[in-house]
Amino acid sequence: MEIKLWINGRLIKDNAEPDMPMLEYLRSKGCYSVKRGCETSNCGLCTVWLEGKPILSCTLPLMRADGKHITTLEGLQSEAEEFGAFLADEGAEQCGFCNSGFIMNVLAMKRELSDPTEDEIKEYLSGNLCRCTGYVGQLRAIKKYLKSVKGEAGNE
Amino acid sequence: MLRCNEYIFAESLDEAYRLNQKKSAVIVGGNGWLKLGSRQWGSVIDISRLGLDKITETDDAFTIGAMVTLRDIEKHGGLNAYTDGAVREAVRHIVGTQFRNTVTVGGSIFGRFGFSDMLTVFMVMDSFIELYNGGVIPLHEFSEMPYDNDILVNMIVKKTPLKMAYSAFRNQQTDFPVLTFAHAFREDGAFSAVGARPSRAELRRDEEDILKDIFSLSPEDAEEAINAYALWLSSQYTYESNLRAGADYRRHIAEVLARRTVKAIVDRG
Repeated sequence: MEIKLWINGRLIKDNAEPDMPMLEYLRSKGCYSVKRGCETSNCGLCTVWLEGKPILSCTLPLMRADGKHITTLEGLQSEAEEFGAFLADEGAEQCGFCNSGFIMNVLAMKRELSDPTEDEIKEYLSGNLCRCTGYVGQLRAIKKYLKSVKGEAGNE
Repeated sequence: MLRCNEYIFAESLDEAYRLNQKKSAVIVGGNGWLKLGSRQWGSVIDISRLGLDKITETDDAFTIGAMVTLRDIEKHGGLNAYTDGAVREAVRHIVGTQFRNTVTVGGSIFGRFGFSDMLTVFMVMDSFIELYNGGVIPLHEFSEMPYDNDILVNMIVKKTPLKMAYSAFRNQQTDFPVLTFAHAFREDGAFSAVGARPSRAELRRDEEDILKDIFSLSPEDAEEAINAYALWLSSQYTYESNLRAGADYRRHIAEVLARRTVKAIVDRG
């Protein structure tokens, strides 16, 4: 079945199976940041953006994205690196397997919520599971990151 | 995983309806539930290009398209002002932001799932389901209809003045609920719905007028009436056990949620 979509700004015209999930398709295009951590739409590892909104690529049928824009972590390298440094500084992660989906949702939250409280942060990110940690380091990293980003914006 | 031989973007509701009459065809909403199945479908029918992704608010009603996401209704100012935030409360515990950006009102309501927060919260409102072929049906009646090959086009919520609240009990955040509860004081009576028992939500009206004039009672009398109502209401349902909770536990939780939630509405005044 024919499909046309933008992945990280690059237009792709392709022929794909009608029942291909977005997740497997993105990996076939080299976006290895997109991972499958569960089979039940629960873990958040596969988070990508559809027209700028965070969605589950394991659940979204590829065809639904025909004519639309998909963003993966590969398309947000400098921003991801910046936030990733805060995660590393806080020693937030152990294995790191969940972090690509987690970072995608943190960056979406940064765009959607202004000055979120701790409860709002937890609620926004509750669909991102990490089985190594208790999320405490991540929460520290997010707060410091948001503060730093806000400071930069204030200085401009 | 969703498996199919063809994926079809319907160009009209009429086309979608005709295609959906085949036993091997299915309409896909957000694919949150369908993907958990193992069936090989002939045709998967996509109705996302028919303009059903909008919430329209008029003086009398909200019309919520089948392809509106749960996140859309969670963030909708008008709907949450009308329901005192009950809609947001009902959906915000469902899995996560990304999931709610992906799954749809149509899929959620058409599925008539036992665990459905959505079914429970909308049932106590003056809500109707608009089917392509079957016309407009009250949600609490639609909820009891057998599954068929019709198409859910819109959910319509009439703006009958009401005071309402929603609560659910989960063993763990973001999990399926152990029990769901919604209550609304409307001009035509006091209505409660209890779901996830674990079977799907059902509507009950305060037929015995236990909550009559509740807003003008003294705090002590109001509390007594609410306690009596919670006990009566929880006895109006059947409960079953599953891996999340036992039947007796659910009955107890129903009474507690009814008491607390109705009290919260009355305290708000």
